[in-house]
Amino acid sequence: MSGEPCGLFEYGHRACGGCAAALAARTILDAAGKDTIVVSATGCMEVFSTPYPETAWKVPWIHSLFENNSAVASGIVASLKKQGRKEKVIALGGDGATFDIGILCLSGAFERGHDFVYICYDNEAYMNTGIQRSGATPYDANTTTSPAGKCSTGNRRPKKDLPMILAAHGAPYVATASIAYLPDLKKKVEKALQTEGPCYLQVHAPCCTGWGFEGEKTMAIGKLAIETGLWVNYEMENGKVTRVKKVVRKPVEAYLKEQRRFRHLFKPSRNEAEIAKIQAVADRNAERFGIDIKLKK
Amino acid sequence: MTLGLGCSAKPGKSKENRTGSWRTFRPEFLHEKCTKCGLCSQVCPEGCIGEDEEGFPVPDYDYCKGCGLCVEECPSEAIEMKKEEK
Repeated sequence: MSGEPCGLFEYGHRACGGCAAALAARTILDAAGKDTIVVSATGCMEVFSTPYPETAWKVPWIHSLFENNSAVASGIVASLKKQGRKEKVIALGGDGATFDIGILCLSGAFERGHDFVYICYDNEAYMNTGIQRSGATPYDANTTTSPAGKCSTGNRRPKKDLPMILAAHGAPYVATASIAYLPDLKKKVEKALQTEGPCYLQVHAPCCTGWGFEGEKTMAIGKLAIETGLWVNYEMENGKVTRVKKVVRKPVEAYLKEQRRFRHLFKPSRNEAEIAKIQAVADRNAERFGIDIKLKK
Repeated sequence: MTLGLGCSAKPGKSKENRTGSWRTFRPEFLHEKCTKCGLCSQVCPEGCIGEDEEGFPVPDYDYCKGCGLCVEECPSEAIEMKKEEK
């Protein structure tokens, strides 16, 4: 900490009011401490935190391209190793940079086994450029490139399961977290940084502008995603799921109803068939990870 | 504006950008209800809620964007949103 509450992520960044990515950046830096080098792919976080000549970062920070985030991080890790230095390296990217554009270099870096942590703040679309769908966009979400209307109910494809893809690379530590549970996020960042080898952390970061809800609801929406089973917070060590956040599950519409990107499922009329499909996604998650708390009757 | 080598910038230079001017509503902290739990400070995306000597939260209105996240998350309902008057 630098003595001010903002810590290593300075005031004056230009994120929207109530931005989850800004909250994530601040929390991640809090957990990582000052001996950290951050590589940031292009994306919302990069744009709002560093409009030249300003920067909110108080640690060494480098902007990579969309696609070569992990390659730049790999180079830094290799150089630090050669010099015998102990700084930690964090590569930060949005879901577009991670799931779509940067997956080639990400896969390469994980395969080579560099000792760094890749953190994806997942706001489930390309928010910086105007809400285009990405590989992380959930089924039926309305985006500007998967618009809902007469002929479509929004995004046609399910969310890509990137944590599992990276676990399949033999990553020692892969975890998901949410800005709705900050102490948990901090713990996972610390654990990932302590673990040797390439680690991956995917942080659910609800976007008030892109998803269509008021800024003050950011954490509430994040909590609802977990409580409905549409987002699962878990940890994987050496390919095995070791810890999962259990919940008393709510029906998915509690989460969907709060967001403009799913409004077409309720207006002008309720689309039972599509809501049932999304409920099935949550049910599959619940079964796969065993998140349900059984209540005694 | 002169460009530095590799377009580098001074750490934390964004502080010159006072985002408090974005605000339309301001959070007001009610000491009589506050339990000093510190959650508001933790959840603030700006990180602009500090503490006074007694441990009560003190927001930095130069940077608070008035998002209301602290109001929503406060377990004691000790923060209220009031319309900004300038």
